Amino acid sequence: MIEELGHPYEKFLRKDRIPHIWCEGCGNGIILNCFAMALDELNLDLNKVVVVSGIGCIGRVSGYTNTDSFHTTHGRPIAFATGVKLANPELKVVVISGDGDLFAIGGNHFIHAARRNLDIQVICANNFIYGMTGGQYGPTTPLESWTTTTPYGNIEQAFNLVHLAAACGSVYVARWTTLHTRWLTEAIKKALQKEGFSFIEVVSQCPEIFGRYNKMETPLKMMKWFKEASVVQHFSDPAKAEITPNRITVGEFVDIEKPSYGRLLREMTTRAAEKK
Amino acid sequence: MTNIAIEKSKVVRSGRRFMSGDIACAEGALAAGCLFFAGYPITPATEIAEHMARRLPEVEGVYIQMEDEIGSMAAVIGASYAGVKAMTATSGPGFSLMMENIGLAVMTETPCVVVNVMRGGPSTGQPTMPGQQDVMQARWGSHGDYEIIALAPSSVQEMFDLTIEAFNLAETYRVPVSVLADEIVGHMWERVNIPDIDSIKIVNRKKPTAPPSNNFAPFKPEKDLVPPMAIFGEGYRFHATGLTHDERGYPRTESAEAQTRLVRRLCDKIRKNRDRIIRVEKAMLEDAEVAVVAYGIAARAGLSAVRKARARGIKAGLLRLVTLWPFPDEQVALVARQVKAIVVPEMNCGQMLREVERAAKETPVIFLSKLGEEPHKPDEILDAIEGVQR
Amino acid sequence: MPVKTWRKPLDADKVKSPKGEVHLIKDRCKGCGYCIEYCPKDVLEESNEINARGIHPPRVIDEKRCALCGFCTAICPDFAIFTTEKNCEGGC
Repeated sequence: MIEELGHPYEKFLRKDRIPHIWCEGCGNGIILNCFAMALDELNLDLNKVVVVSGIGCIGRVSGYTNTDSFHTTHGRPIAFATGVKLANPELKVVVISGDGDLFAIGGNHFIHAARRNLDIQVICANNFIYGMTGGQYGPTTPLESWTTTTPYGNIEQAFNLVHLAAACGSVYVARWTTLHTRWLTEAIKKALQKEGFSFIEVVSQCPEIFGRYNKMETPLKMMKWFKEASVVQHFSDPAKAEITPNRITVGEFVDIEKPSYGRLLREMTTRAAEKK
Repeated sequence: MTNIAIEKSKVVRSGRRFMSGDIACAEGALAAGCLFFAGYPITPATEIAEHMARRLPEVEGVYIQMEDEIGSMAAVIGASYAGVKAMTATSGPGFSLMMENIGLAVMTETPCVVVNVMRGGPSTGQPTMPGQQDVMQARWGSHGDYEIIALAPSSVQEMFDLTIEAFNLAETYRVPVSVLADEIVGHMWERVNIPDIDSIKIVNRKKPTAPPSNNFAPFKPEKDLVPPMAIFGEGYRFHATGLTHDERGYPRTESAEAQTRLVRRLCDKIRKNRDRIIRVEKAMLEDAEVAVVAYGIAARAGLSAVRKARARGIKAGLLRLVTLWPFPDEQVALVARQVKAIVVPEMNCGQMLREVERAAKETPVIFLSKLGEEPHKPDEILDAIEGVQR
Repeated sequence: MPVKTWRKPLDADKVKSPKGEVHLIKDRCKGCGYCIEYCPKDVLEESNEINARGIHPPRVIDEKRCALCGFCTAICPDFAIFTTEKNCEGGC
């Protein structure tokens, strides 16, 4: 065993910002790790990658990646990313944000960016809770969960994010848990190379808050849930892929081809600019 | 964004033209080099969006109609950070929705232009009627302590000219600049002289002179308190956040020193450069005994009233505020010391009035409030002027 | 789970499984336990040392078991562990 060697993915991180603020066992660290792995294996020009995040624990990820990055107001990374991508289509714009940021306050921007088939990648760290503010429920919190604002148990139905993303027109939809590191990395790589709106839901653990509030107090207990409940099933019907305590369907759900917004915009612009 | 060489004549159609204020605003934006518009239709600013939708693709720019004004403002900031001059246009209700992200633009020092063609408010109000009810909101509408710049056109020509100036100010000071028009100035048709593109003065944001390095500090100010702006894709790999941050752009949520440094600089950036930012127009003020202080559509009637007063032998003058924010304190104070009283006509219940009263100190200020479809009639202002002399 | 077969593959001599070297950046470890729990070759266990965070970082039980699968490198949220390929020129 030799210490003092640099970690192979450190070049994708802002060294003066490590260690990150995330808790022990937090899935965000794994998502960052897999994202770095994907960048490494794809050998992308890091000067052309822009990471955009919103508010939440995962929102801090943009501060850690060694790329151009922006941390927006709550719910707005996709709208911001729209401006970036359209202003400079050569940039690879990746939105990494949380379940509340993308689907509660930011839900409107998600559905429209997907509908437009904007050429960006959206990675959602779905940890079923609003962790940064101390553990309130969100649109993906499972029914009956205890959170600080559902002290009698959550009575709201949770979103099925892959169903939502597919219904809005995403060309690539996948769900993996943080345990499925290799699958997740491959999905990120695929999304980064695919034209159009790609969405990856990462079922992620918040052991410190969601886990503690819901009988999975340690990182290993949360991972155990992922391990036992997940079933890999590619291209199953996303409408039937709700997450339950007993079943997390993972895999790819949608992988289709559709011209991206940028492609149509360029064609239209050429037509307009050439007239007269 | 360019493959086809865009002819200058496509970007700026010079000559004497006849158009509406909204269209002049859009043409001004194009002349300033705006290549990105994200917005949402709203009366009475919709025509700006429609004109941009038609013109931007001709010049290889981007028009996108976002799903709401919140997304529009976020997209504008994104485009600006990708290096493109960006704007949006809205009215009161949309302006309210944009407020949080205007704060983000301030905090991340994003050059951008927000046009508010003001209408009757509050809330849905009277969409097709003029108003000047958002002028305080332009200054204070977002939370937190900050400074912005706001300009008030009072003619179609100014819709063209001041939109260019708005872009220039935004690029110079890395701040969102509001163009506060109103429904009349936006919808009326007047002649506009559009100069040759080469004679239009354009300012572009300062760029970092040093090449990318590990120590690059994207928010380190120069002497004018404005940091040169790095944009995405040039290798600077910098971070920007709406959180209080240090010169490297990294969040500093725990430090009073960081908060003091940043917030004070964001305010001082505008305050200390007031003299270069503020513009007013003076008419017949040299020997005036009564002054009308007005802006926007009210200043049109004000000018007419002042002329009529002069014809009747009253020494009246007009101080037209072209810059609303930062407020022209010194200019108003100077006039106040000279005159017996100031008349302020506004299409609201008293907003810039309060700033005038503050700057005018002991000098009496007479307020003429008007709400609804009709702007002030010159005779209404003339009555007030005559009242002072009596 | 190792697959039990009754015969050796015919080209077993030619195929070399990679061997890994385990590297720890001990002070980064927050003690989540993922690497220890999920290493398919049971290379790691919790050590008795205490790092700067007051956590027991993992320790390698037997590095010869490491098959360079890369899972610990990928699963660690804190970039505290990674493997590199061992140079097996002189035998491993």
